[in-house]
Amino acid sequence: MHLLETKNLAKYFGGLKALDGIDLLVDRERIVSIIGPNGAGKTTFFNCLTGIYQPTAGTVLFHDHDITGRQPHAITALGIARTFQNIRLFNDMTCRENVMVAGHCRTRAGVFGAIFRPERVRKEERDMVFRAMDILKFVGLEAKGDDRASNLSYGDQRRLEIARALGTEPHLLLLDEPAAGMNPQETQELMALIRRIRDNGVAIILIEHDMKVVMGISDRVLVLDHGVKIAEGLPRDIQEDPAVIEAYLGKEEGRHD
Amino acid sequence: MRSSILVPLAAGLLAFPFTGVRNALSVFAVACAAVFLLHVYRTATVVAFRESADGSIDRLRGLLSTLAPYLRSSAALSIISIIFLILPILLNDYYRDILTLTGMYIVLALGLNIIVGQAGLLNLGYVAFYAVGAYTYAILSTRFGLSFWPGLFVGALTAGAAATLLGFVTLRLRGDYFAIVTLGLGEITRIVLNNWSSLTGGPNGIARIGRPMIGGYVLSSTFDFYYLIVLIVAVTIYAVHRLMFSRIGRAWIAIRGDEVAAEAMGINTFRLKLLAFVLGSAWAGLTGVFFAAKMAFVSPESFTFFESVMILCMVVLGGMGSIPGIILGAFLLIALPEVFRDFQDYRMLAFGVALVLMMIFRPQGLLGAVKK
Ligand SMILES: Nc1ncnc2c1ncn2[C@@H]1O[C@H](COP(=O)(O)OP(=O)(O)OP(=O)(O)O)[C@@H](O)[C@H]1O
Ligand SMILES: [Mg+2]
Repeated sequence: MHLLETKNLAKYFGGLKALDGIDLLVDRERIVSIIGPNGAGKTTFFNCLTGIYQPTAGTVLFHDHDITGRQPHAITALGIARTFQNIRLFNDMTCRENVMVAGHCRTRAGVFGAIFRPERVRKEERDMVFRAMDILKFVGLEAKGDDRASNLSYGDQRRLEIARALGTEPHLLLLDEPAAGMNPQETQELMALIRRIRDNGVAIILIEHDMKVVMGISDRVLVLDHGVKIAEGLPRDIQEDPAVIEAYLGKEEGRHD
Repeated sequence: MRSSILVPLAAGLLAFPFTGVRNALSVFAVACAAVFLLHVYRTATVVAFRESADGSIDRLRGLLSTLAPYLRSSAALSIISIIFLILPILLNDYYRDILTLTGMYIVLALGLNIIVGQAGLLNLGYVAFYAVGAYTYAILSTRFGLSFWPGLFVGALTAGAAATLLGFVTLRLRGDYFAIVTLGLGEITRIVLNNWSSLTGGPNGIARIGRPMIGGYVLSSTFDFYYLIVLIVAVTIYAVHRLMFSRIGRAWIAIRGDEVAAEAMGINTFRLKLLAFVLGSAWAGLTGVFFAAKMAFVSPESFTFFESVMILCMVVLGGMGSIPGIILGAFLLIALPEVFRDFQDYRMLAFGVALVLMMIFRPQGLLGAVKK
């Protein structure tokens, strides 16, 4: 049984085939990277997995359940979490509150619980604070718990996005260009962080342009171009695949050396 | 710089064929004033002034938040309660009535704040739910002899049920459509109240509504209603404060900040928006019951669009999401104009000017936090 399986997944915007017939298998504790030129359909793929877009065709199986077209919050509750390519933190909130918001789908207090605060609710709230602090520590933001999210540096905001996604207790984590805008040292730390997340039993799908990151960390690589899968395999095989070099590496070389 | 005269001129000329000379002149004058304000807004002195004002208000907020734990201590709470319990004895009927009115608007504004300030849904027809509460109690009391205390719950429930129905349909719409639908709803409610005479008494309204009773004692003096509203305000502040700092309050603020991200983090945004809408409306319904019982009379005149706007102003003026800010807003908009009677005629004008100045100097509201 696979953790995630997409069959023939497609998304059309009018005449534009942003995704066309994508099959993908992801297993526990694996890191799968998706690469491809700008506009290849990578983010669209994430949006179809997480329910933000309704796929035009195809199915998404998660834990062998068909979750195609479910609402995003329901999919998150089932165990798929994501970060956003264009950072979308809750800027009015502190870092700790950002992570606590993600605990929403794992907690239960209702209106009366919130107003009367019985012991059950107090405990739930305490646990949520501690969990948020643990997660912030895990990503290296333990000193920033009380800072407003909007006051963080760019690299820290990317890490807070990951922390917030982890706050939903996912089995599968989707990272959309987490290294974008990071300096080389931050990128190194990020790779270590991704490995540690994997070691905690979470599967990861990573969209990334930085080839050093992709080649260094992935168990498998999927290459998209114009919405179509043009290659899939081990990182070193991908690097030598003529179709990939033609479609992607050739064009992009100037950008990443 | 040239546009500063061209824009008002164009506006005036465009208005001329439709409105005649005098109105065209006033359009010209208003446009001039607007352009002038815009220039003022950009000048360095104003920026400097704004920053220093922000600085002092932020120091005040800092002071308030360091004081907050003491304010919440039982000693401080008892002092505050004693002040509010003794206060009416020192005042005459007129001021007691104004304080009661202010209390009512504090409850209304705190309820609307759940919808607008917390969940970020612009509701322009809030008064409709206030009216539903008031008329529900008025009808049930005069026809079936429903007494006040269960009436409070029935009024809140009815308004909440109305909000549930409406929310189910409209909350799937985009934000600006929601604002327009609620605006329409407010007007429809008023029209229905005016025209469904067999049920609502039409423009004449409903009179001889039952007063609250405790044991055999009928509450009717300004003292009685003052103490009753103080109780309701206290309960409301307590409940709203706890809701704000809960899992639900955090979810609302997340939705206000970024709905897509909130949904992706596992928040059922539709359900939580509906919850905010229903809770806020239920509070309006409850206040409506109080209003009907206090006046012993309701008529459509009390539920105009102007009321919705005024409650919204309190929320915006005081600072969305800040409880002390909203209380301040209610005092500024109810107590002040009542006390300075002469100023009544210029009330709308003053509101307008105050709101424009707010948007220029402190868009986050008097006691709202500065966005950095
Ligand atoms: N909501 C939308 N409506 C219309 N077209 C869209 C929409 N979202 C994406 N597209 C189009 O689908 C194609 C794939 O976009 P997508 O964002 O998935 O690319 P990407 O691989 O993530 O690119 P990048 O590397 O720039 O992030 C693009 O041509 C884009 O313009
Ligand atoms: Mg993308």
